[in-house]
Amino acid sequence: MLVEFAMMHAWLVPLLPALAFLVIVFLTRPFEKLSAIIAVGSMALACVIASFAAYGIFTNHEFTEKPLVYAANWLSLGIPGVTDSLLVQVGVQLDPVSAMMMFMVSFISTFIFLYSVGYMKGDPGFSVFFSYLSLFGASMLLLVISSNLLQMFIAWELVGLCSYLLIGFYTHKISAREAAKKAFVTCRVADFGLLLGLLALQITFGTLNLVELGEKIHNFQEYTTIGMLTLIAVLVFIGPIGKSGQFPLHVWLPDAMEGPTPVSALIHAATMVVAGVYLVGRTMFLFHEVESAMQLVAVTGAFTALFAATIALTQREIKRILAYSTVSQLGYMMLALGVGSLTAGMFHMWTHAFFKALMFLAAGSVLYALHHKADVWEMGGLIKKMPITGWTFVIGGLAIAGIPPFAGFWSKDEILVATLAEGHYVLFAMAAFTAFLTAFYMWRMIFLVFFGDEKPENHPQESPWTMTVPLIVLAVGAIGAGWMGTPWNNVWAEWIYFGEPHHGPINYGAMLLSIVLAGSGIYLAYTMYLKDTKKKRARKLAEWFGPVHRMLYNKYYIDELYLWFNHALVDGTARLFYLFDLYVVDGFVNGIGTFTKSSGDGLRVFQTGRLQNYALIFFLGVLAVAVLVTFTGPSAASLVLGGVK
Amino acid sequence: MDFPILLTILLAPIVAALVLVFVPKEESLTIKSVAAVGTFVSLALSLYAYFTYDQSLGGLQFAMQIPWIQDLGVTFFLAADGISLPMLLLTNLIGFSAIFASWNINNRPREFFILLLLLIAGVMGTFIAHDLFIFLLFYEVVVIPIYIMVVIWGSSKRVTKEYAAMKLTIYLLIGSAFLLVGVIALFVKTSAMSGVPDMSFTGMAVVAQQLSGFDQIWLFGLMLLGFGSLISMWPFHSWSPDGYAGAPTAVSMIHAGVLKKIGGYGLVKIAVFMLPAGASFWAPYMAVLGVAGVAYAAMGALAQKDLKYVVGYSSVSHMGYVILAVACLNVIGLNGAVANMFAHGVMAALFFSMIGFIYEKTHTRWIPDMGGLARQTPRLAVGFMMAAMASLGLPGLISFVPEFTIFIGAFDVYGGLAVVGIAGIIITALYVLRAGANTLFGPPRPEYDHLKDIRGPEMVPLIVLGTVLVVGGFLPSLLFDMINSGVVPLHAAISDVLQLGGKL
Repeated sequence: MLVEFAMMHAWLVPLLPALAFLVIVFLTRPFEKLSAIIAVGSMALACVIASFAAYGIFTNHEFTEKPLVYAANWLSLGIPGVTDSLLVQVGVQLDPVSAMMMFMVSFISTFIFLYSVGYMKGDPGFSVFFSYLSLFGASMLLLVISSNLLQMFIAWELVGLCSYLLIGFYTHKISAREAAKKAFVTCRVADFGLLLGLLALQITFGTLNLVELGEKIHNFQEYTTIGMLTLIAVLVFIGPIGKSGQFPLHVWLPDAMEGPTPVSALIHAATMVVAGVYLVGRTMFLFHEVESAMQLVAVTGAFTALFAATIALTQREIKRILAYSTVSQLGYMMLALGVGSLTAGMFHMWTHAFFKALMFLAAGSVLYALHHKADVWEMGGLIKKMPITGWTFVIGGLAIAGIPPFAGFWSKDEILVATLAEGHYVLFAMAAFTAFLTAFYMWRMIFLVFFGDEKPENHPQESPWTMTVPLIVLAVGAIGAGWMGTPWNNVWAEWIYFGEPHHGPINYGAMLLSIVLAGSGIYLAYTMYLKDTKKKRARKLAEWFGPVHRMLYNKYYIDELYLWFNHALVDGTARLFYLFDLYVVDGFVNGIGTFTKSSGDGLRVFQTGRLQNYALIFFLGVLAVAVLVTFTGPSAASLVLGGVK
Repeated sequence: MDFPILLTILLAPIVAALVLVFVPKEESLTIKSVAAVGTFVSLALSLYAYFTYDQSLGGLQFAMQIPWIQDLGVTFFLAADGISLPMLLLTNLIGFSAIFASWNINNRPREFFILLLLLIAGVMGTFIAHDLFIFLLFYEVVVIPIYIMVVIWGSSKRVTKEYAAMKLTIYLLIGSAFLLVGVIALFVKTSAMSGVPDMSFTGMAVVAQQLSGFDQIWLFGLMLLGFGSLISMWPFHSWSPDGYAGAPTAVSMIHAGVLKKIGGYGLVKIAVFMLPAGASFWAPYMAVLGVAGVAYAAMGALAQKDLKYVVGYSSVSHMGYVILAVACLNVIGLNGAVANMFAHGVMAALFFSMIGFIYEKTHTRWIPDMGGLARQTPRLAVGFMMAAMASLGLPGLISFVPEFTIFIGAFDVYGGLAVVGIAGIIITALYVLRAGANTLFGPPRPEYDHLKDIRGPEMVPLIVLGTVLVVGGFLPSLLFDMINSGVVPLHAAISDVLQLGGKL
């Protein structure tokens, strides 16, 4: 009964937080506690509905084949069949993938909201913050349940808006302002590609409904050529490159930590960045038809994973390290999708959501305790004073490093196996090496922050319950979220797949390799940053590889490159255009004005209104005639004067 | 006879203006209230007309006809269809808001509001006139109050207000001179052909559509010049940024919001409707000019440091989309053109009203002199950001769906050219966000600590226009069903000729 209701009213899931946004903005803004209760409550209720709906989906195998769709007309132009026409529907599409996402997003959001109650205490924008959070959650949930790509795009952009508002939440800070702008503009560049892709899809196939598109693209030869379809797929993929922080549009994501920490957790774990991965997963029917687009996805993913991991090696700020790890992990997800395994990609997204939200929130707890001191080198031994934060962070670290039986191990293993099974040996090597780097840089941070000697200038304290309870809940997820996808009993793959469920042989070699890599990464970090209390080796290494270290620390100078491009090229061109407008286009207009005025001034001589002038002209005329007559004879005179003789 | 709703809508501001003549000039609150009541009556009635218009029936409704100059076939013909009703509603939404955006006018308020009311009435007249003569009459009427208002209540920045007023007026008069020649020639040709002079849109169109390709082409060319310079089609746009910058807030709102749209409206409902073969000849050139305008003005806006110039250039850029959309000559494109005019009108009016308040309070529009206003004037910041987000086409606000439909129509017809136009959304995001960020965010400046946020009557533009922005964004069919009911029959009337195409 409840399950039925939840499935048929899944639109309530995004609607509830959207209502919370409106209520907070228009009614309860002055009452901080009430605003927080409304925000957390509505998201929790949405989570309950989402759980029931997900239960309904995951107990009936019919929905893996045929999703539950209900939609209404949103926009209808022209008359189909008579003139050119356009029909856009909005609706809900529930299948195992969207049900899983809907549950994951609402579940994690609920705990991030709860955490924010403690974290944002005393902030003058407390209520506004919760209204933005609610809108953020609502947009993401709308994106997840969309049955139509345009609807998805709308939600996609609203997610972007919310991230803009939240990254720039501390409006008085210039860094926050710039980071927010950067996030929006970078995503806009990517959305340009996505928009073109959607337009091409609409024009070619006449619909943007996911189910219909899936059927039509399966027989795409009736509509278009493979070349065109490749172009469409590449264009669509540009959107996720921006949103999911893939190279080369990853630059906004690390800066996004300018917002309050719960926002970082929300952006990096449950919303926003996974939207790109989700979109690719949702349009798998498109990529699946185009081999080269799949390869593009896979290569982009693998490269981003490795690239971001190398940057993370040298960073000093706790949130920045986590941010690059997000970029890197998103690369894994893309890699999985690119090698054709929706199962592995979604699985890693699922486990990642838990451990990454956990780590960001724990990092926030650290920052809260240290009054926003962010440099990991200025921390140490925090685990004694902050045991809950510390140990939950350790759990997150084990999960992301890929130590069994923690969640990250199973999903990462799944990706490695899928890559290997498709025969992408180079990509496999990149992914495996990234796994080693991940374990190293994560544990470098953990050893520096939580272990070793305490710093006397720090006076840390464990955070209040609203902050630690979410940590504990998410830590449970970071431990156990992967158990449904073990190679021995892969329930996950039974439900979430594209095409046919995949049952490969268990690859013990890959499993062993990834454990060894993770273990050696952690061990190396241990020897360099914990055992070696003076960190001599780490410093020496940085000195030896000075230029490399500097390049990595400065993120390969990509931000500088973009900044130069923006300022020198774009602004310079704009300046040129403006000068052209001022002097050429407007010069022409003013020229006409001046010409008219000066010709008027010239002609004015003949219209002075003074009798003397007229008499003078008259006299000059007579004189001219007289001269004419004198020098040319009477025939010319008769020509001028007519019949006068 | 039914209640003459269109006539009442048209006369309400004029009556209010007449009443103002007898109000003592010191009683500024009374003056403003009378103006507000006059425009409110029009707004309420045009909302009523909008929602009682029978879309399934379509065609001209609420019509009233009074024969006037029979030798020329002129009738005082007021009527509304699915294209004119949104524009009428837009005029009143903006007109009503403009009264409140001018609430703090202290210099000769009586004269100001009389002129403003006449301006609003004149603009409305062009959208409900169904007779070419009457249309032109209203069209010329609106130019005069604008000139006076800019000269007296305007502001001099980069250029003096006298220069701005002169440029605005003369530019548009020259444009309308071309238009006038075109209309006279059209009238002569059509009345010679049919033997019965008829100036009504439909009557004239039936005959004009039969004109030879050559005639249609040069006539359309003249109209394109006239309407094109009014809608600031590149390269006939340079009156627009200077004019808006010099004008007082209310005039900027009405000019950028609706007056400019008379150009687009005339292109669709007069030029394309009457001369389809000419339209199909000129369409590719229009598309190029439209896209050029989008890109060029967006780049121009990026280089600006005066807020009003940013929005001035941005409105040229947005009108490029309208021109591109008209050039598609298909149902989706024409829908998008009309809808985008509505959307841009609401957005631009909100933008100019917010900038007007900023200028009024800080006495500057120079972006480098501002920053951090979001802390001191949060409501103003909300209005500003809403307009900014609508300007960059954020889904969920009114501009997105019209732009999307334009992109679909244009991508289908013009392919690569359309892509260049669509790329404009990136530049738009860049300049709009930069202006917003540098004005509203960053460290607050102590000299603006004493500023009072907008409140009371000053909130009206934000509430009225902001509501339309959001509602139109989430329920686009409220707007599009109406427009579609006007575009489909118009397209049906010209589609035969369009298929033949125009050839010299």
